[in-house]
Amino acid sequence: MSARSGAVAIGAQPGRVARIVILGVVGLAFAVPVLAMVQFTFRAGLAGGLTLSHWTGLVDADAGRTYRSLFQAVGNSGVLVLVTVAIVLVVLLPTMVLVHLRFRRFERVLEIVCIVPITVPAIVLVVGLAPVYGVVVRVLGGSVWTLAFAYGITVLPYAYRAIRSSMDAVDLTTLTEAARTLSAGWPAIMVRVIVPVLRRGILAAAFIAVAVVLGEFTIASLLNRVNLQTALLQVSQSDPYVAVIFALLALALAFVLLLSIGRLGAAPRARAPRARKAPA
Amino acid sequence: MAGLVTRPGVRDLPERQGRAVASRGTARMPHRRRPRGLALPLLGLTPFAAYVVLFLAIPTALAVATGFFTKGGAPTLDNVVGLFTPTVLGTFVSSAWISALTAVLGAVIGALVCYALLGLPEEGVIRRTVEAGSSVLAQFGGIMLAFAFIATIGVQGVLTVWLKGIGVDIFADGVWIYQVPGLIPVYLYFQVPLMVITFLPAMEGLKVQWAEANATLGGTRLGYWTRIAAPVLAPSFAGTLLLLFANAFSSYATAAALISQGAQIVPLQIRSALRSETVLGRENMAGALALGMVVVMVVVMSLYSVLQRRTSRWQR
Repeated sequence: MSARSGAVAIGAQPGRVARIVILGVVGLAFAVPVLAMVQFTFRAGLAGGLTLSHWTGLVDADAGRTYRSLFQAVGNSGVLVLVTVAIVLVVLLPTMVLVHLRFRRFERVLEIVCIVPITVPAIVLVVGLAPVYGVVVRVLGGSVWTLAFAYGITVLPYAYRAIRSSMDAVDLTTLTEAARTLSAGWPAIMVRVIVPVLRRGILAAAFIAVAVVLGEFTIASLLNRVNLQTALLQVSQSDPYVAVIFALLALALAFVLLLSIGRLGAAPRARAPRARKAPA
Repeated sequence: MAGLVTRPGVRDLPERQGRAVASRGTARMPHRRRPRGLALPLLGLTPFAAYVVLFLAIPTALAVATGFFTKGGAPTLDNVVGLFTPTVLGTFVSSAWISALTAVLGAVIGALVCYALLGLPEEGVIRRTVEAGSSVLAQFGGIMLAFAFIATIGVQGVLTVWLKGIGVDIFADGVWIYQVPGLIPVYLYFQVPLMVITFLPAMEGLKVQWAEANATLGGTRLGYWTRIAAPVLAPSFAGTLLLLFANAFSSYATAAALISQGAQIVPLQIRSALRSETVLGRENMAGALALGMVVVMVVVMSLYSVLQRRTSRWQR
């Protein structure tokens, strides 16, 4: 405690009042729009007054019919989430492992490729994706899951960083060599050594993929596909209350997912000693 | 290296194989792996390579290249010349100033938040909440963000109605929320959190010992921040500023949801070009606009990576 107040005295850290004022003001400014959304979902129309009917309407007997397009869009986004996560796990992860173990000198190239989507915004990518999807539709049909190919690209920088940071924390080469010495084959090494060792990074990558895909609007909208976000915009024109409710739910889900990534990152330091005593 | 290349058993890609073995040291059972060569592992890279070519390289190339062709496929410079017409230049200018303004404001507010977080325990409730909240809100673009602000400062928004109640009409000069100025508070809502998550590590790189040394030598608190902390943080701050600029510049969804008519910023101009509401009678204008955006983004991101390299020195 005294060390900290010393740091405050010499100016390295903010004082109590400064901290409270800054965090309070900024926190309030950021809380207001979210609270306004919550309040909005209880409004009884322009006349004023509050009602629960927008929320109860969702679990109504005929809600399935009224909001069919919205529920369908949630389904679409669910499929897109699954396929995008699959792309990360089946295409990106093995490549990163392979490059790390056998093609070290490609590592820099791989990193640059994975960071490129930050420089090419979705709105630019979609201009070139339109003709590409003309071909994709002819080959694979027009079902919504094909959109996940584009989402895999937009997720690439985040997924790469998440997996890379947990890769840097362990010595994969030694671990795989040890496994090979014990006569494990590559499939066994992948499933029983690499995936468990990298699980934190893999989970983080998957969670970020979920958050990004659930929030994606640009590509779906300009390629005329239906996902959660495009449906929300459509519904908001006829029933803004339900649109805001779904937006809040998606936001809450993203918050829980990203909070648990934070937990994943913090877990080892807190848990390691206990785990040794009583392995689960 | 040369000796390794001529080893027996190395058939395909001898040089690569030689280097790979050399980098791992010679003690490791060289016999086992060699006969298989590199063909099979190299094959393992093809799915990713094919995927990236199909869905990243080709779309990017197409996006940038279509600007140089007419719809019929004949090469033309019309679209690119179209970038320099007053209307299109105007959208680039408004895109640039709104990105710059929200980047600067976001960076300053975000840096203040980072400062306020200094010295709090990393596992504490406040740090955890701010970090998780920031990483959510930094991703919180798009439709949902537009909803949040319509519910807050829309014509019937909570804040609008409440302010009207105490006699302040925020829309006295017209409803600006559905115009470009309306994007400022909205963009700040993801710029500030992005600043917090990217700048916090740099702030934490400041060592308390530096402040102690400064105090021991009779320096003031102001002196510590202006003459020690500021130079150390400067590259990182400037880098994050560029990242924020790029972030706002490339953002489309929020603006699309708020501004349904017209094309006041570049991404919206691409929207109307794609929906073949012909811009200035030019076909394939979307390609030229995409090219313009890529040029801006490449310049900004290269500067960013230069600054990033300077920053990493202090984060060891």
